[in-house]
Amino acid sequence: MTRTTLFRRLTLSSLGLLLLGAVQASEVNLYTTREAGLIKPLLDAYTSKTGIKVNTVFMKDGLPERVAAEGKQSPADLLMAVDVNALVELSEKNVTQAIKSPALEAAIPANLRDAGGHWFALSVRARTLYTAKNITLSSFTYEDLADPKYKGKICIRAGQHAYNTALIAHIIAKDGEAKAEQWLRGLKANLARKPGGGDRDVARDIMAGICDIGLGNSYYVGLMRSGAGGPEQQKWGDAINVVLPSFAKGGTHVNVSGAAVAKYAPNKDNAVKLLEFLVSDEAQALYAKANFEYPVKKGAALDPIIAKLGTLNIDSLQLGDIAKYRKAASLLVDKVGFDN
Amino acid sequence: MTTESLALARTPHPWGVLRLRQYFSARHLGVGWQVASLALVLAVLVPLQSLLGHAMRGSGELWPHLLSYVLPQALQDSALLLLGVGVLVIALGSSLAWLVSAYDFVGRRELSWALLLPLAIPSYIIAFAYLDLWHPVGILQSSLRTLLGFDSPRDFKLPDIRSMWGCILLLGLVLYPYVYLPVRAVFSMQAGNLIEAARTLQAGPQRIFFGLALPLARPAIAVGTSLALMEALNDLGASEFLGVRTLTVSIYSTWLNRSNLPGAAQIALLMLCIVLALISIERWARRHQRYTLATRRMQPLARRRLTGWRGVLALTYCSLPITLGFVMPAGYLVGETYKRLRFSGLESSLLSELLNTLQLATATTLLAALLAFLLSFAQRMARTPLNRQILRCASLGYAIPGTVLAIGLLGPLAQFDAWINRLFELSGHAPIGLLLSGSSVALIYAYLVRFLAIANGSLEAGFSQLPTSLDDAARTLGSSPTRLAWRIHLPLCRPALLSAMLLVFVDSMKELPATLLLRPMNFETLATHLYGEAARGTYESGAIAALLIVLAGLLPIIALSRLAERRDSHGSSP
Repeated sequence: MTRTTLFRRLTLSSLGLLLLGAVQASEVNLYTTREAGLIKPLLDAYTSKTGIKVNTVFMKDGLPERVAAEGKQSPADLLMAVDVNALVELSEKNVTQAIKSPALEAAIPANLRDAGGHWFALSVRARTLYTAKNITLSSFTYEDLADPKYKGKICIRAGQHAYNTALIAHIIAKDGEAKAEQWLRGLKANLARKPGGGDRDVARDIMAGICDIGLGNSYYVGLMRSGAGGPEQQKWGDAINVVLPSFAKGGTHVNVSGAAVAKYAPNKDNAVKLLEFLVSDEAQALYAKANFEYPVKKGAALDPIIAKLGTLNIDSLQLGDIAKYRKAASLLVDKVGFDN
Repeated sequence: MTTESLALARTPHPWGVLRLRQYFSARHLGVGWQVASLALVLAVLVPLQSLLGHAMRGSGELWPHLLSYVLPQALQDSALLLLGVGVLVIALGSSLAWLVSAYDFVGRRELSWALLLPLAIPSYIIAFAYLDLWHPVGILQSSLRTLLGFDSPRDFKLPDIRSMWGCILLLGLVLYPYVYLPVRAVFSMQAGNLIEAARTLQAGPQRIFFGLALPLARPAIAVGTSLALMEALNDLGASEFLGVRTLTVSIYSTWLNRSNLPGAAQIALLMLCIVLALISIERWARRHQRYTLATRRMQPLARRRLTGWRGVLALTYCSLPITLGFVMPAGYLVGETYKRLRFSGLESSLLSELLNTLQLATATTLLAALLAFLLSFAQRMARTPLNRQILRCASLGYAIPGTVLAIGLLGPLAQFDAWINRLFELSGHAPIGLLLSGSSVALIYAYLVRFLAIANGSLEAGFSQLPTSLDDAARTLGSSPTRLAWRIHLPLCRPALLSAMLLVFVDSMKELPATLLLRPMNFETLATHLYGEAARGTYESGAIAALLIVLAGLLPIIALSRLAERRDSHGSSP
């Protein structure tokens, strides 16, 4: 065999392999800012049910930029994110496509998905109030956080964190920017320490007596109290009471994890199939169990720890309409000097 | 200054043509070397160029807001952080290097390499470990309270580590080795003769240190400090965690929260200019000084024996940064790992993640050493303004935060892939998909752009210590540039090369932000695993990965120190 024919054969066979990779339809590629380990049980269940392999890459910042740069060649099928702002960002960056699916529309309440089908919420978390054990509040409004009687008593993570900007955006959407600013200044005046750390640090700081109350997401309560985060965190979780707050006029502020189908998804059908699987009863129960979230689907089972927090009454505002104010919320945090 | 550059300065030319030719002159270098170094620096500048593109796309509408609410705080915090970390790393790095070079005391030999150990601890890990250890309900304060007889943290607690001083202290503890390593090299080898002479003249130890040793080590201190400060300025893990709001934090929040990538790129470039200005000021300040020694024989410094309480004091002082910067956080990780192993066992994926990490770090290290050698060699052989600029520019990547750099790489990589695919299509083949984007090539590229500065710094310092008479002799004897590089410079630069490789390897192992954004699907390194655990909120399970990063980072540190010791004992034997 001459050198040229050998070379040709090698080229052809490697090209063949590449083509094989391209036509192998039984896979779906997932880009996610939601930590892949959290959704692994769900993806495993999907694979064992359908035989479709799920390839994942978990990233933090820059997912929309990466997909946009990859353009038409992007292998990404499904884009997952843990925050409504990030989901809206994806559709605004024009890296998603509209999906019409009766199954998705039936399972997901209209205020928790994009009207145009560009993104869908898959699980829900409430922004709850953690309090010291000696404080029992039967009800609490987000507006109360600015009440001067809590001066020096509140802990919270950075105002620029997505969980807080989403809440602030919600207040802007409800009451307008001027009132939101007043509220944020009031809250800032009540802080016991500089905003920072994570939601669980709020529980730990309450246990340490640094503050009396603070904001934290609902699933952290499950993670701490169940012992999934280790015995230390269990102590923090047991050191707090948890209240589901609401707006003075409205329900509880929630954020979501969700997903969107990529604009140039090479395996679009598989991506939609995966989305539909994720809102099935089976998968929704797994969401609740694996990460102590509220299922997005009405009637799906809750984890007992989360069920004990009381009935969640989600505020009726469309999430997309709240996320419109995310930038304004972030600028407000700057203006108030909240994180200083 | 070489004869050539002197000649250059003395020959004004009316038309500037000759000047241009001199600018590009590759007379002593060979065209191959010159083209290679030029191509290299262009490749390094690609992401910066693309960032500039992002920055130009911005309208600047956000600037009034940034100027009134964000940047004053960010500049103030950055300045304080740099000042604090700078003072700390210079004080620690040079005093420790002096102690282990000029004196002998019990444990000195072990300490002299153990002082490098904090290098292996990523800033995000030390921040997390101390937050846990130092927290009012953590082990330190709980024990202290029991000791002092307080019942509750409400009655007694120490100041919160989530603060500027905490951030300065923790970053200083893991960054001082950047100063310690090059300064120790200067003290133990280069400065030997002079210090011996000063001792013979009965100069007191204080006078020798402040009047002679420190000024001699100034270039090394400058190189090490600038690396440490760039790392501190770029740090996101520790600063965000500890609530310090540096320029880097404001770059991220401008991009992500204020939804303004062009604005973020503008701040990043502003930061780059500040860094360049600082470096230029330092270089300008010592423009009249020369540090290469004319002596033929470099004599290692003879160490004076410290006995009694002086020995104990030296031992204590040297142990302190090791304890705080390594033993405490590493011990914390061991404790957490132990708890975790009992709780849930070892994850099988860790082995492949370790392999991925080591492969990436090894490839990056070898390439960085090669490229930095090429650049420093080119700059030495043809000291043209062009080559000086090349070397400067090739180090710019270090002044850009990791994710921002990665964003700058995304576009060019994808563009390249698009071209390749177009080429395939034109030649009648099916497109092959993404070749560079989302591959380990992208990762190694990013690491190189980021860490080439470290290797450049070490090698530039290494080269500057070789007398130029060596080159002249070799060239007179008809040696080609390649042969000169291979047979003379490479062996003589080995110590500098090794310390460059150590720093690059350890830094690549710890790299998180660029890896997170650019890596392929189903591909994890130890750092991304750790980040994943942290994102899930199970930091403690990340302890195993963190411990592996630390352990793998230890290997090159130990290897390097053994090599250095061998060199040491060869050198000091009569």
